[in-house]
Amino acid sequence: MAVDRLLPTTEAYDLLDLVREIAAEQLAPRAAVDEASATFPRDVFRLLGEAGLLSLPFDEEDGGGGQPYEVYLQMLEEIATAWVSVGVDVSVHSLASLAMSVHGTDEQRMRWLPSMLGGDQLGAYALSEPQAGSDVAAIATRAVRDGDEYVVTGTKAWVSHGPHADFMLLFARTGDDPRGGLSAFHIPIGAGGLEPGAGSLSFGAPERKMGMTASTTSLVMFDDARIPADHRLGDEGDGMRIALSALDSGRLGIAACATGLAQAALDQAVGYASQRRQFGRPIAEFEGLQFMLADMAAAVETARSQYVYAGRLRDAGRPFSRQASIAKLTASDAAMRVTTDAVQVLGGYGYTRDFPAERYMREAKVTQIFEGTNQIQRLVIARDLLRQSGL
Amino acid sequence: MKIVVCVKFAPDSTAPRKFSSDDTVDRVSVDGILSELDENAVEEALKIRESAASDAEVVVLTMGPEQARTAITKTLQMGADAGVHVVDDAIHGSDSIASSRVLAAALERTGFDLAVCGMASTDGGMSVVPAMLAERLGVPQLTMASEVKVDGTAVTIRRDGEVATETVEATMPLVLSVTDAANEPRYPSFKGIMAAKKKPVEELTLGDLGVDAGEVGSAAAWTTVESIEERPARTAGTIVTDDGTGADQLVAFLAERKFV
Ligand SMILES: Cc1cc2nc3c(=O)[nH]c(=O)nc-3n(C[C@H](O)[C@H](O)[C@H](O)COP(=O)(O)OP(=O)(O)OC[C@H]3O[C@@H](n4cnc5c(N)ncnc54)[C@H](O)[C@@H]3O)c2cc1C
Ligand SMILES: Cc1cc2nc3c(=O)[nH]c(=O)nc-3n(C[C@H](O)[C@H](O)[C@H](O)COP(=O)(O)OP(=O)(O)OC[C@H]3O[C@@H](n4cnc5c(N)ncnc54)[C@H](O)[C@@H]3O)c2cc1C
Repeated sequence: MAVDRLLPTTEAYDLLDLVREIAAEQLAPRAAVDEASATFPRDVFRLLGEAGLLSLPFDEEDGGGGQPYEVYLQMLEEIATAWVSVGVDVSVHSLASLAMSVHGTDEQRMRWLPSMLGGDQLGAYALSEPQAGSDVAAIATRAVRDGDEYVVTGTKAWVSHGPHADFMLLFARTGDDPRGGLSAFHIPIGAGGLEPGAGSLSFGAPERKMGMTASTTSLVMFDDARIPADHRLGDEGDGMRIALSALDSGRLGIAACATGLAQAALDQAVGYASQRRQFGRPIAEFEGLQFMLADMAAAVETARSQYVYAGRLRDAGRPFSRQASIAKLTASDAAMRVTTDAVQVLGGYGYTRDFPAERYMREAKVTQIFEGTNQIQRLVIARDLLRQSGL
Repeated sequence: MKIVVCVKFAPDSTAPRKFSSDDTVDRVSVDGILSELDENAVEEALKIRESAASDAEVVVLTMGPEQARTAITKTLQMGADAGVHVVDDAIHGSDSIASSRVLAAALERTGFDLAVCGMASTDGGMSVVPAMLAERLGVPQLTMASEVKVDGTAVTIRRDGEVATETVEATMPLVLSVTDAANEPRYPSFKGIMAAKKKPVEELTLGDLGVDAGEVGSAAAWTTVESIEERPARTAGTIVTDDGTGADQLVAFLAERKFV
């Protein structure tokens, strides 16, 4: 069922109509098939790019759509309702582009942003490593200065759509201080950038994941890769700050995607419960089931309210880090609970691959894990509370 | 070159159809959209504009209630340059003869080299308006095109019929209608949505077009809808078990209902 949204402008309503149309016609019909065969739908991102949907929240001078986060996030939610892997990959692309838009010099932004945001490129975000997940300060990949270049060696892990990316935001160590020794780099891939397969850049086999299989996740290996020094974003040592500030925004994207996924599971559960008959009537007439559906709806709408609120804080230029973590925590927990309950509403059929409920449930799990596990979100929230109380 | 695309605002064909108290299709309280088949007409016009040697302009024309403005907006978002909206309470209940009278008057007023229509509306679905327009305007008609080629002022179409495929050619000005096989309509884009806000849409009344209110509307219609009944819900089917007489049973079933 179409979600009734409060949007700030008439063009935002038209935009959301467009997103729903594309989602219904181009995403939803393919999701189950491509997820089952673990096919990354590169063409879908071209289509979204042509429609201008890969650059909405960026400045118009940089080639973006100049749309507020509150609108961008609701677009993501609609995409995720149709196909959550695509929503997550759009969010990762925004995350990968955000550092350039916020921390790039005028020269860097003019040089790269128009093509990064042009719609035909897709960006990846390479922060995690096999031994550095929650503990970002454990990053071991090194970038050693050599004249006008950095020489990068190391292994990044879990990089979403890495093998399909046209550019990558890379975090690597330029100094020994665990937190203060990290730096950020813009890495163009392919023509004019690092050529995959040439030895200095290679990708691991796709991880064999429980869900979101259409979104390829893999290791990225750098071996003496030469990166021109003018590809560094910010100063040496700014890496941690850049990574964390981008993640605040990225978490809102994940919250929106988790909400969309939960909405899809709720829609499916309501539809099924009205059709399925037991004891001579639709199961939706049983109060025990109605209460479950009501709780699911309450969880979905609470999740939506929280991410929209945090997005509005961001749009207003106010601090939003704690609210973003709360949004990510509550929306991903809501998605897990609602998708699990959707399987329950469908009974035995829900447990089969003939209905999307079980896929939604598998997909929901990872929203509690990536872009900061929900334990890490609690750390962020608690630290912010304690900082405010002077501790 | 001036291309005028005629598009209809029709009730969303995926939603249940509702009727007003006077047995006309309810176009006011239901969600209306740009008739899907007219998206192909818009797409063809945009393609012709994009490949035209000289400057070409695409104007979108609709006749319909206030809400029909959303159909124009959608075409402007797809890339059309301007809109013309004929809106007048007197038009309500018009049949195709009256509809074509109004649309022809609007086309004469805007001027055109090429008037492009869809193959049929998704509600009335008579496929007669394009032919009527050509007749009223005294220009050639190239209808049901599944492929269109424009060379200067010459237009050649492929028309796929049941028994033959025809190639038909005519010289502008003319009326063209395209099928859903002619092209794949583009989606609007975010840029298109923003640009559409600044594109001009002219609203015209019957008075502006010099059409007398008595020529249109339910009163002037040649046909009247006398009553409307909803199609009965599908009843349980009959299952024919093939015990060797399956074919005979099927024939008997169809014959009983006068299908054969
Ligand atoms: C599908 C997928 C896509 C991903 N995409 C990307 C990407 O594009 N780019 C990228 O850089 N990374 C990506 N990641 C990596 C992701 O961000 C990490 O998996 C995540 O940060 C957790 O790290 P980890 O897996 O090493 O778990 P660990 O950090 O080893 O955590 C294991 C457990 O310990 C808990 N834990 C750890 N520290 C604490 C603590 N201090 N207090 C309490 N509990 C704690 C965690 O919450 C978790 O439950 C992706 C991961 C997945 C699964
Ligand atoms: C049984 C029946 C009952 C009807 N009842 C009603 C009714 O209650 N109320 C009512 O309003 N109409 C009603 N109509 C429809 C009305 O007669 C038609 O809307 C009108 O005559 C146009 O015909 P069409 O929709 O069949 O268009 P078609 O001939 O199928 O349309 C072909 C093309 O002509 C163009 N075109 C058609 N209409 C317009 C338009 N309005 N503006 C711009 N371009 C257009 C489009 O390009 C379209 O693709 C009824 C029709 C039938 C057959």
